[in-house]
Amino acid sequence: MPQLQILLFASYADAFGSGSVTVSVPEPATVADVVGALRSLPGGSVLPARPLVAVDRRYTPGAVAVHPGQEIAVIPPVAGG
Amino acid sequence: MIRTAIVTRAIDSATLLAEVTTDGTGATTLFLGTVRDVNEGRPVTGIEYSAYSAMASDELDRIAHEAVGRFDGLHLAIEHRIGMLGLQEISVAIAAAHARRTPALDASRFVIEELKRRVPIWKCEHYVDGTRQWIDPTATHGAPPVAAT
Repeated sequence: MPQLQILLFASYADAFGSGSVTVSVPEPATVADVVGALRSLPGGSVLPARPLVAVDRRYTPGAVAVHPGQEIAVIPPVAGG
Repeated sequence: MIRTAIVTRAIDSATLLAEVTTDGTGATTLFLGTVRDVNEGRPVTGIEYSAYSAMASDELDRIAHEAVGRFDGLHLAIEHRIGMLGLQEISVAIAAAHARRTPALDASRFVIEELKRRVPIWKCEHYVDGTRQWIDPTATHGAPPVAAT
């Protein structure tokens, strides 16, 4: 199974204890698969039902396929301003 | 003109105003977000802003271009600061200039609302009692505060 590195920030980084984690997902994998894999890790319970995910720096829906080498980030609720 | 930036230094609003003002701009708005001393009844000492910087820069730029697409002739300069900010310090500045006042006002509102909705920036409030808390605008009740480190 391919391994994907996932970027984490703010409250999610605190919950997972790191700014990035690696998950193994079956191929082909989707954004939703990545979120599912994250939930199984310690700290994964912090994730809401449908967390925001960015692929290559753009918000991306759960059904979209992801591939090794892409920049994948799970985004906590944003609070700029 | 359009300029956007995520910065780690103090924001100089006069610089932004000078950037957007031209002989043809008859109306200029300046929106400033600043750190206030109380949030939901809790005394605040400061806010630590953090960002997914690469995406935040991209998303801020996309918002700015959307604004110029909506309000033809708009001049726009936006900066958002990250790092630890004390009370009254400027976290975000939006300078919008146009020949007419309505587009300048509406563009400023559009940018701050989209920024708060889309740009991956987070704030961790630090309180007088030594605790801190990530702010979650989607939560009806915040998570329990944790000890500041």
